[in-house]
Amino acid sequence: MIVPIPDLTPVTPEIIMTVSAMVLLMLELIVKNKSIIAFLGIATAGAVFYVIPMSYGETFGGMFISDEFSAYFKFIFLINLVLTILISLKYIQRQKSNYGEYYSILLFATAGMMIMASAGDLIVLYLGLELMALSTYILAGIKRHDIKSNEAAIKYFLLGAFSSALLLYGISLIYGLTTTTNIYKIGEYLGEAGASPAVLLSMALIIAAFSFKIAAAPFHMWAPDVYQGAPTSITAFMSVGPKAAGFAVIVRVFYVAFAEVQADWTAILIGIAILTMAVGNIMAIAQTNIKRMLAYSSIAHAGYMLLGIIAGTQAAVEAMMVYILIYAFMNIGAFAIIILLERGDELKDYEGLAKAHPLIAAIMLVFMFSLIGIPPTAGFIGKFYLFKAAVDAGYTWLVVIAVIFSAISAYYYLRVVMNMYMKELKEEAPIYLTPSLGLAILITVLMVIIIGVMPSTVSG
Amino acid sequence: MVPLEWYIGLSAVMFMIGVTGFLIRRNIIIMLLSIELMLNSVNISLVAFSHYLQDLTGQMLVLFIITVAAGEAAIGLAILVALFRNKAVAHTDEIAEMKG
Repeated sequence: MIVPIPDLTPVTPEIIMTVSAMVLLMLELIVKNKSIIAFLGIATAGAVFYVIPMSYGETFGGMFISDEFSAYFKFIFLINLVLTILISLKYIQRQKSNYGEYYSILLFATAGMMIMASAGDLIVLYLGLELMALSTYILAGIKRHDIKSNEAAIKYFLLGAFSSALLLYGISLIYGLTTTTNIYKIGEYLGEAGASPAVLLSMALIIAAFSFKIAAAPFHMWAPDVYQGAPTSITAFMSVGPKAAGFAVIVRVFYVAFAEVQADWTAILIGIAILTMAVGNIMAIAQTNIKRMLAYSSIAHAGYMLLGIIAGTQAAVEAMMVYILIYAFMNIGAFAIIILLERGDELKDYEGLAKAHPLIAAIMLVFMFSLIGIPPTAGFIGKFYLFKAAVDAGYTWLVVIAVIFSAISAYYYLRVVMNMYMKELKEEAPIYLTPSLGLAILITVLMVIIIGVMPSTVSG
Repeated sequence: MVPLEWYIGLSAVMFMIGVTGFLIRRNIIIMLLSIELMLNSVNISLVAFSHYLQDLTGQMLVLFIITVAAGEAAIGLAILVALFRNKAVAHTDEIAEMKG
């Protein structure tokens, strides 16, 4: 029997990423200078970026779909990867965790996210999700001599494994009902057969599992501890990549497979979105550690992004995709500044920063304003598009709630600004500026300002 | 022949035991075992569905789940060993370096 070889063109980006990750893993044994491995990782991202536009198509019998939607998310994952490598270079040496595997595992995690974004079948989705999740568990615990990093990794691992078991149970139910795991065929089958209680149970389990991945309340409990304990560069990586991948699969699974029960999942997601915005913004007020505060802020941002899914129009989904891109720049930028100031990551460590380093304080100010959503920064544009699309879809009351919580968020973001500009400098504030970290900060701050001033750069 | 409902019932009971064990037990090893129980309950229901629907996709997914579960257990235990070297506990109530 001759087994036909499937068309491999749509998977080329993932193949390049995976092969490169494996080569880097081997190369790490020979090459002593880990920066070379890091730059090879960035080169891989460049190669994948070049290949993605040529890879459109379906393969493996519809299990793997490469289209403009997945290409956009892969673009976000590559930005996330490159910025993370840039901010990690010297930081990870200072943390005494300068293992070559670090970069290789970053590439594996990105490959997992890319597979998730392209999944046309729940089996492929699960495999991509596990590749991403298993890699991020290791990365969260990469400072293996640090008890906080161990704790972050074990908490992330336990809750992540629990959520993937929930996802699998949901998949097994939907498979038993429809005889297929293909997302499009499930959609067709449910369109003909209609909804049953078992479909709703399966949908609820899958919503719970994805809520873990995007850190939406009430499945957000892991996020603050994991974000605080993990190395800061990995916190930046985790706060963008898995969240974006989670939203990519939510769009694909709910709009295609569960299109028949849209009214039901919209109702559940409205509850989750309101709770997420409330928990994220209110809990962030009480935090004294800036990484923990940004963890709650990232929970809150997941709540805003859910509005794009709830609204259910194409414009809203596009607005959500733009929001994720903007969020990637402003969030990684803020974490890059945290890495830059090695005095500590407590809020009081930022006191008087404007006197010691005016430029760094000004850049942090831009990121904080962008996270609140004050014009002319990118954060304003993202929120504006998202909220406008939700209003157009008839969810004005939900947008009012989101705006109120967004106003609450100004309190804790501006507290960082107040500490920097209105408190006295107590002791020296050493900074560790390296060329790569400087480049990452320059890219993020420029993107935040450029998108804010010229929104046409992203809306097209 | 055993009816399909029995398999699904067994799978649901096993899954609930796993969820309960994960939520109420505080020993990390027991929590890991509970997760394995949840995954294997999924495997039972997938194989049963696959047999009764005469469709091989379910069994294909089972093979993937077993493989991934092995990798997951390896990583989970590795993280636990790293934690144990720094602090000799395997109890979640004693792992509380971060609060807030």
